[in-house]
Amino acid sequence: MPSTVVLAPLSARSSNDPLGRRRRRRRNAAVLTALTAVLAVSAVLGVAIGPVWVAPADVVRILVGHLTGSPAEGLDLSADAIVWDVRLPRVLLGIGVGAGLAVCGAALQAMVRNLLADPYLLGINSGASSGAAATILFGVTLGLGEHALAGSAFLGALAASLLVFVVARTAGRITSVRLLLTGVAVGYALSAVTSFLVFASGSAEGARSVMFWLLGSLALAQWGGPLAALLVVVLATVLVLTFWARRLDALAIGDETAHVLGIGPTRFRTQLLVVVSLCVGVIVAASGCIGFVGLVVPHLARRLVGSAHAWAVPASALLGATFLLWADLLARMLMQPRELPIGIIAALVGAPFLLLLIRRLHPSS
Amino acid sequence: MIRASGITFSYGTRSILSGIDLAAPHGQVLGLVGPNGSGKTTLLRTLHHALVPRTGSVLIDGDDLRRLSAREIARRISVVVQESPGDLPLLVSDMVLLGRTPHRSSFARAGAEDDQIAARALARVGALHLAATPFDGLSGGERQRVLIARALAQESTHLLLDEPTNHLDVRYQHEVLDLVRDLAVNAHHTVVVVLHDLNLAASYCDQVLLLHDGQVVARGAPDDVLTPEHLEPVYEVEVRRVALDDGFQLAFRPRRARADAPRSTPHTAPRPRSA
Repeated sequence: MPSTVVLAPLSARSSNDPLGRRRRRRRNAAVLTALTAVLAVSAVLGVAIGPVWVAPADVVRILVGHLTGSPAEGLDLSADAIVWDVRLPRVLLGIGVGAGLAVCGAALQAMVRNLLADPYLLGINSGASSGAAATILFGVTLGLGEHALAGSAFLGALAASLLVFVVARTAGRITSVRLLLTGVAVGYALSAVTSFLVFASGSAEGARSVMFWLLGSLALAQWGGPLAALLVVVLATVLVLTFWARRLDALAIGDETAHVLGIGPTRFRTQLLVVVSLCVGVIVAASGCIGFVGLVVPHLARRLVGSAHAWAVPASALLGATFLLWADLLARMLMQPRELPIGIIAALVGAPFLLLLIRRLHPSS
Repeated sequence: MIRASGITFSYGTRSILSGIDLAAPHGQVLGLVGPNGSGKTTLLRTLHHALVPRTGSVLIDGDDLRRLSAREIARRISVVVQESPGDLPLLVSDMVLLGRTPHRSSFARAGAEDDQIAARALARVGALHLAATPFDGLSGGERQRVLIARALAQESTHLLLDEPTNHLDVRYQHEVLDLVRDLAVNAHHTVVVVLHDLNLAASYCDQVLLLHDGQVVARGAPDDVLTPEHLEPVYEVEVRRVALDDGFQLAFRPRRARADAPRSTPHTAPRPRSA
């Protein structure tokens, strides 16, 4: 009978941490801790900074007061309202949107083996835009009342990714190239639908609203079911993708490698598509189409902690959340009292970042 | 042991394999040889269901592959495939640890035991010192050894290799095949290897299967299969066999044009079909 014991034990000297992984784990854990601290400070500053400055110490006292159920004493009520009712939901939305877009971008880059992939690769943003345009321009409410805009955007996003999935799947297989091309094609087609809706409505005001929505904004943030749903979905996505880290590593190498390691590439890709579509759909419905986060942040995360997804996914989540918080702060503050669409800031900050990374990534070529 | 019977496979209407039987017992190295396009790589891929044959069945230790889950197949068969992470560079240690995937639930992280197994596998191929370096920066020979280490970390008892000596210099060609042969002889693993180099097949295989146009032309010990009578019609070259030490080596040269036929130039000479 064959035996599996063909590997001689290592010498005692090298047997403790033979791959140097413990050292790397310590280092990466330190990086993640630092990123968490930066995110926490950014969140407090995000609540503190605004047309009315609230001291960070007061912000913390108000937050602690609300969380423990014993309101902080000696602070005026307007500060409390600004912190708790106005700015905190917006900061939480920014954290959720940034983290979600970043991890979905990382997963898609692995899934189609292309560093240019981003969460909108699958036509999700175009589908959501078409849905949103139908609501803004023609008052399509689908009986959803005040959530009509978010609802139709979400349904548009899901319809687009379903379409991409069905078209890209041939003979029971989904390959990365086919997925990439189908996503691009469906994206163009649905962008045309949105443009047509804008054109057909003939409403300049409506066109402006659609445009604003396309560039993304966190201004609609408020406490309630949609915010809670988004945070739950994003948290679940971050956890699932972190748990799937090793499968993502394998799929990023190739379909053949994934198969050889006992991971059905088509089945895993389908699971990933479902998770990513849901997460991005919820995000787009809440905040419009904020570009660049999902493209740039995963690259930055990999530079900090390496390409193994066990580290790259959580690092992307933390970095994405921080990045979007600061982008939103700039969007709110730069042209006061007007608010810039956050998509403009994300692209303006993100593009030079990406150029810098590209130069660092391949110094020789 | 791997036993395949009546394997047929086709891409669309183009038939690649027609009715192939194969038996690879424990403790032996089975070589698949044949010219480009003869179907040897396709055959290897059907043996671990990277391709599912149109008809016929593959049994591994008596169990039909169709009844085994992808993970169960990966626990029994490890395969050395040539794919590179490309744009998302992994460290060598991560690459080898991936071999532990079939043994862990998808939600479990690699533990200390996995580290030990991966490190031993790397030490076995003489590449432990590369553990903390990026896989992409390795030379061809180093990559090959790391991929074999990943297959070893999988701890399966069947090993499939597709042209493992590709792009390797002579020394590494022999090192890799020595390693593979050692697995068969000393650990009684089943090894199936696709080889282009017939002299390597002659030196390292217990059995060889000579394929041509998706069919088995000859099978048996290298001494019986790798003969001018079998090889000349398949490869369309002249073959000479020279006794060397206790084995033999093959030498090749183009077929001499017949005296009455017009001399063919390299431009008009029929080219071998490529894979």
